[in-house]
Parts: sequence; structure tokens; C-alpha cells
Amino acid sequence: MTQSAPERVIAPGGGVAGTTRRGQAVKFTVLFALAVLFLLPMYVLIVTGFKPFAEATAAGAWSLPQVWSVEGWVTAWEALAPGMYNSVMVAVPSAVISATLGSMNGFVMARWRFPGADTVFTLFLFGMFIPYQAVMIPLQQMLVSANLMGGVLPLILAHTVYGIPICTLIFRNYYASIPQTLIEAARVDGAGMLRTYASVVLPVSAPAFAVTLIWQFTSAWNDFLFAVFLTGPNSWPVTVQLNNVAGSMVVPYNQQMAAAILASLPTLIVYLVLGRYFMRGLMAGALKG
Amino acid sequence: MSNSHNPSGVAHRDPGRTTAPARPNRFRRALNRARTWLPGLLLVSPSILLIGVFVYGMIGWNTRLALSDKHAPVQDGDFVGLVNFVALWQEARWPAAVGNAIVFTVVFVGGALFMGWLLGLLLDKGVRGEAVFRTLFLAPMAVSFIATGVVWRWLMNPAPAERATGLNALFVHFNLDFLVNDWWTAPDLGMAAMALPAIWQLAGYIMALFLAGFRGVPEDLREAARVDGCSEWGVYRHVVMPQLRPVLLSAIIILGHMSLKVFDLIIAIAGQQIIADVPAVYMWAMVFEVRDPAKGATIASYLLFAVAVFVIPYLVWTVRKERSEGR
Repeated sequence: MTQSAPERVIAPGGGVAGTTRRGQAVKFTVLFALAVLFLLPMYVLIVTGFKPFAEATAAGAWSLPQVWSVEGWVTAWEALAPGMYNSVMVAVPSAVISATLGSMNGFVMARWRFPGADTVFTLFLFGMFIPYQAVMIPLQQMLVSANLMGGVLPLILAHTVYGIPICTLIFRNYYASIPQTLIEAARVDGAGMLRTYASVVLPVSAPAFAVTLIWQFTSAWNDFLFAVFLTGPNSWPVTVQLNNVAGSMVVPYNQQMAAAILASLPTLIVYLVLGRYFMRGLMAGALKG
Repeated sequence: MSNSHNPSGVAHRDPGRTTAPARPNRFRRALNRARTWLPGLLLVSPSILLIGVFVYGMIGWNTRLALSDKHAPVQDGDFVGLVNFVALWQEARWPAAVGNAIVFTVVFVGGALFMGWLLGLLLDKGVRGEAVFRTLFLAPMAVSFIATGVVWRWLMNPAPAERATGLNALFVHFNLDFLVNDWWTAPDLGMAAMALPAIWQLAGYIMALFLAGFRGVPEDLREAARVDGCSEWGVYRHVVMPQLRPVLLSAIIILGHMSLKVFDLIIAIAGQQIIADVPAVYMWAMVFEVRDPAKGATIASYLLFAVAVFVIPYLVWTVRKERSEGR
């Protein structure tokens, strides 16, 4: 997609509805109101998270804390730290592996096709849309009989494998923009496939790696479904622990909200810092290069 | 000659086929060509193997389970045909879960499409602070459904007016008591409330899709319509919107397939309360509590089927269209 600034071509007659001053003001007001609505949950999270235990009750639920306290954050961190660690141990390796595989696949499917490559690609893509429930029971059974259950390995495996389709798609679309003449030139110079890949394609792949790594990291970090099926208490990632914290009726709201923010911080930071690449991943998810 | 000269990537039909060329020649040419593409196939083969086993193999295994009577983990399970598929409809829980998923899907897909379209439309022509708005509306996409669920469960707390929290408390505060409601615990349309957090989370994504679509419409097309006397709204109605059908289709596919398998959000907000039951939660309960693999697999098969019915035509259509556009 094109992220360039909108073309502000004003019609010769000027004064079309969308561009008049009043139109602008109305649009801005509506957007502002919607933004406030969208921010409500964030307000609740932050305000409640900073309340001391005594204040995190129904009365005055929407008011600012009288005393700003980090008590909720401290306990939330204690509860979530092991899960945060597990999530890092899952999200990082699976992002790296599936991005690497995706890069290789994308290169072949865009620039070094074999007969039937399109069929294989379509079959891959379907893997992106399947409800993972449809593979979950056999996957679990297989991992149990292979004696692999227990650590974070099952989760790494799952996120890696089921991340291959989207990574392949992103890289394939990206490599399709590399001029075929560059590839041909390398071929004429006698470079084989691996050589071409390593010397022509890989050096320009950084943006696509950024997109896939971010996408994979985010989806592995935010995953809950694979986690509940494939991990036990010692290897629960942060989403499962957050759900446990929040799901028990005895945990006060200040801790719940602080925990929700803590669990979301890594992906939110990635989004705010590398938003451009995050966006591109989202667009690729819609099958749009 | 190398296959890569062919932009469509489809293997060449040998033009000399009918004129019966010398056999060794043809063989050698095929061999040469294979030498070109074979390394590519080899490079992809680890992924083909993984996808083959973990996507298609597992789907096959799951289907076999669903067609068996393996109702306890230790049983062997014999083939029983579609018995499990029929039996599900005869109980109370399954049709209710399907009904909930349908209500959720309608409200979620409709709501997210409308919100996303509205936001995209408002941002399309550029407005002060556009980048800030965009970043803000899209931010929920970076967060897990579990975190979303934690805060929305608080917001949608169904406690009645006098000890209300969350949005109900806000309504009471602003004297909007008539808005106070039971949210997702309402017996009939509770699932419509359940869709609110999902709309909040996905609207920004749909906005981004529409925005990309709007801006992909060439300015001279809009210009031409204006010269023909179209109002700005008319330009959208008659020029821009018709161009956005592919975007709309992608958006519906994405939202629809997420919606049918919704799981995390429900668990985070309602746990396993039966009032908010959906097929994915039911399946989870079958695996972990009832420990009935065949029944779990049957539910999973229905989920897969529901998604496949519209995703497969979409994928085939997309890849074909790409081909015909010569990519």
C-alpha cells in the first residue's frame, strides 16, 4: 500500500464539501469524539492500574486515583514475570525461524518458480486461514506421544509452522518487486540459485524481514489458543498468566489492569516505534502486497 | 531455456509437441529445465513438508477422529461415519453455541466494517493530526484479545445501577440510566455486546484497509467525475466505492474467519459461562474437561468447514486474479 501523504488536489472550482473549512471542522470534531471513545479503555487501564488497592473499587470507578500508587504494578509484575520470560522464549525464535523460511519460500515462489509453484502457494495460503482448532487435537496427541510436551518447544514449533504461510506471502510479494533483470544478470554471470539468493536478494530483504519479524513476534506474543492447548503451568506464556490473574475473582482491579498493560507493553512499543512495518504486515494479511 | 523467462511461472507447453521431435532432444531439454527449477523446489521442500504434515496431515487426522467413536482418550475408535456430526445438533448446547457465534459474527463484522469505513472516509482527504488519529485507532490491533477482554469485562460489568461499575456507572453519572444494561449477560442479544470489544480492536485495521483503498483510486478518476458535475459525496458513491469491492471482500474474509473461531475474547470476558458459549469454547471444554476427542474433533471440523466454504473460493479467486494481472 502507499503510505504517502494524501494528494491534496483541490478541484478547480474549489469549495468541494470535504475540503471547506466547515467540513474540516466537522470532520475533526467527529474524529476527536471517536478518538475519545477509543481511548476510554486505555484511560481505565492506566487510571485503575495506578490506584492503590483500597481505591480500586466500584465507587469512584472512573475518577483519578487520590493517591497514585505502584502497588498494583509490583504485584502484577511478580505474577507475570515468568510468563513474560516464556513469551520471549517463544516469540523470538519462532519469529526468526519462520521469517527465514518465509524468505526462502518467497524468493522461490516469486523469482525461481518450479512447476506447480502457484498450487503450492495457494495450499500454503489456506494454512493462514484455517481455524487452528482443526489441527489442535492431533497436534497435541502427536506432541504427547513424541514426549515433547512440557516446555516451550511445542509453542515454538506451532508458531513457526503456522507462521510460514504469512511469511511466505509477505516475502513473495516483496520479492516480486525486485526486477527480474537483476536475477537474470546474476544467472548469466553463472550464479546458481543459492548464490543469487544470497548475493542479490538477501541484501535488499531488510524491510521484508522487519515486517515478518514484527508480525510473527506480535502474533506469537498475543496468542492464547495454542498456549492453552500446548503448554502447562511451567511454560505458560504471558497471555495465559494474564488470563489467570484476571480470571480469578480475588485479584483486585488495580492489579488486573496493571497486568493487562504490562502484558501488552512489548507489542505496543513495537507498534509505536515500528508502526510502518507493523502496518505493512497487516496489509499483507489482507493478501494485498 | 529457463522457466523464469515466463512471467506467469506456468511451465511451458512444449510447442513442438505435436511435430514429434527427436526423443533424446526433448528429454535433454526437460532435464535442463528441471536443473533450473529443481533447486527452487528443494529450497521450499522443508516448508512443504511442514505444511503438509502440520496443516493437511493434521486436518486429515482430525477428520478421521471426527468420523470415529473415540469418545475417551484411551479408546481406539472405530469408523462411524457422520454419526458425531448429526448428534451434535440433537443436544441443547451446540445449536445455542452456533446461534451465539452467528449473532456475534453479524454484529462484529457489520460493526467493524462500518466503523472502519467511517474512520477511513473521515481520514481520507487529510485532516489535522491525521497521523495521530491513525496511530490511535490502529493501536488496539497490537494488543492481545486477552488484554482487551480484561478491560472490557470491567467496562461491561453488568452490575445494576446502584452499585454499577464500568460503562453502567458512567451512564448513571451522566443521567443516562436508560442505557444501563446487562451487556453480555443479557439472555437474548448478549453476544451483540460481546462484539463491542472485538469491534474496538479491529475497526482500526479495517480503517487502514479502506484508507489504502481510497487512496489507491487515481485522483484523475475522481477529478473526471467532479468535472462531470458530481458532488464530493457523489464521487465517493459512484467512483470510489465501486473500486473498493476487493477491499470490502478482503475485509469481510478477515473479519469473518476471525469471528467464526472467536475464542480468546470470550474466555477473557465470560470464562466458560454457558450464556456466552461459542463453538471454539465448546470444543475446548470437550478436550480438557469431558475428554472426548471425537466430539472435540467434530466441532473442530465444523469450524474448519465454516471457514473453508468462503476462504477457498476467495484464495483461488485472488491467486487467479493476480495471474491474469500478470504478476
